[in-house]
Amino acid sequence: MGELFSQFNILGAFWVTIQLTFFAAIGALVIGTVVAVMRVSPVPILRGFGTSYVNVFRNTPLTVIMVFTSLGLWQTLGLVLADEQSQHFFKDNNFRLAIVALAVYHASFVCESLRSGINTVQPGQAEAARSIGLTFLQNIRYVVLPQAFRGAVTPLGNTLIALIKNTTVASVIGVAEASFVMADMLDARADVLFLIFIIFAIGFVILTLPVGLLISAVSERLAVKR
Amino acid sequence: MTDALPAAHVDPDGAASTSGRPHTGEPLVVLDHVNKHFGELHVLKDIDLTVHHGEVVVVVGPSGSGKSTLCRTINRLETFESGSISIDGKPLPDEGKDLARLRADVGMVFQSFNLFAHKTILENVTLGPIKVRGVKKAEAEQRARELLERVGVQAQADKYPAQLSGGQQQRVAIARSLAMDPKVMLFDEPTSALDPEMINEVLDVMTKLARSGMTMVVVTHEMGFARKAGDRVVFMADGQIVEENTPEEFFLHPRSDRAKDFLGKILTH
Ligand SMILES: Nc1ncnc2c1ncn2[C@@H]1O[C@H](COP(=O)(O)OP(=O)(O)OP(=O)(O)O)[C@@H](O)[C@H]1O
Ligand SMILES: [Mg+2]
Repeated sequence: MGELFSQFNILGAFWVTIQLTFFAAIGALVIGTVVAVMRVSPVPILRGFGTSYVNVFRNTPLTVIMVFTSLGLWQTLGLVLADEQSQHFFKDNNFRLAIVALAVYHASFVCESLRSGINTVQPGQAEAARSIGLTFLQNIRYVVLPQAFRGAVTPLGNTLIALIKNTTVASVIGVAEASFVMADMLDARADVLFLIFIIFAIGFVILTLPVGLLISAVSERLAVKR
Repeated sequence: MTDALPAAHVDPDGAASTSGRPHTGEPLVVLDHVNKHFGELHVLKDIDLTVHHGEVVVVVGPSGSGKSTLCRTINRLETFESGSISIDGKPLPDEGKDLARLRADVGMVFQSFNLFAHKTILENVTLGPIKVRGVKKAEAEQRARELLERVGVQAQADKYPAQLSGGQQQRVAIARSLAMDPKVMLFDEPTSALDPEMINEVLDVMTKLARSGMTMVVVTHEMGFARKAGDRVVFMADGQIVEENTPEEFFLHPRSDRAKDFLGKILTH
């Protein structure tokens, strides 16, 4: 077992998984929030855009989006996200493309989680905010969203757990995250196949379990406060 | 940024007032042939209504007659198809920044209070002045405390809305509106979601406000309030203004059959 850890960079692979999760989560949160605001805005064009965004990205398999960022965005359209002269160009570029794919995909789920949160805010509060003269964006920022996030803790947390596991899809464009290294190890050390599976299963549980516990704790605290 | 409003027409204590309030004031809210539909339903039919500076207009009428819609249309929470509405000589602008500014001049108190649940009582009252009028936080808080004292809930300033009784919440909602120094305040059945023992504490605040010279449009079936504080009663039925009169005259000698019928119903229970 110790020999497996010295032979393969298992911890490094999980570190890549954590980094993918971290940056994609921030991206998904920002994009998802913007799209959710569009979906409840008074401007029909923005609403239409928001709805289309969710319908497209929520219904396309992540693998397809992932492959598209590499073959479509980079190789065909020439979108370059890293320094081309660098020795680590392929590694960096693929890593960043993977973050883009993960972020735009999970943003649709963030958007829908937030929308369910927005629905927990009594419409009367938004009307009261309008009646004291807040503009749409002020209303969203100071009255609706702070409450919507509280109402959306559980679905947002579930989206984060899904994101952690979905980072494994980045292996299809060669990002050396956990499942990529696992596949390497299975090739080389089929003799300890079950051990390898167990190591990676436990690794992911270590990442996701705290998130689940945190969600329960936070939603309980907010429930008491309300 | 800060268009400081003449708050002078509202006497902070609500004390200095004479009985027969003059309402010879200039027209403040003018509705001219306003029509509104909800789909097929014609909810406001050719409404003409002028509310003068300092006047208190009580709107009564059967359920579904369009009273709430009238209030919401004046505040432009609802759109309308034809006619015009002006506030202090300025026509209602379309959606956007101008409209938001105008809404700040028109206070609205809802049946269901609609306080911001995630903000403290004090924050509920200061949000508008700080974000809309650009008032400094310390200044807004001081003013908010004065207003909370005026409506009798100063002790609750740091609590959250859910910790207050309905009557207290509604008084906070009134303070929240007042903090914007509105030119006119609209009340849509402000006491009908309250337990009976809390109705008077809210009506007292409203009566004081009326005495202080605030221009008010009040949808209510509280006849005591209408008589004590109202200058005029407007009776609506089926989206039309059927009858207008002084409170005494209206309640004692209704002219139209619709009004007689309506009063017969609310007086017998
Ligand atoms: N958003 C809406 N969409 C469609 N119809 C509506 C809407 N709001 C109100 N209505 C209808 O418009 C009519 C007038 O409603 P409104 O709420 O103004 O009456 P009201 O006089 O305030 O009644 P109440 O005394 O019950 O509060 C009613 O028939 C109501 O069903
Ligand atoms: Mg109503």
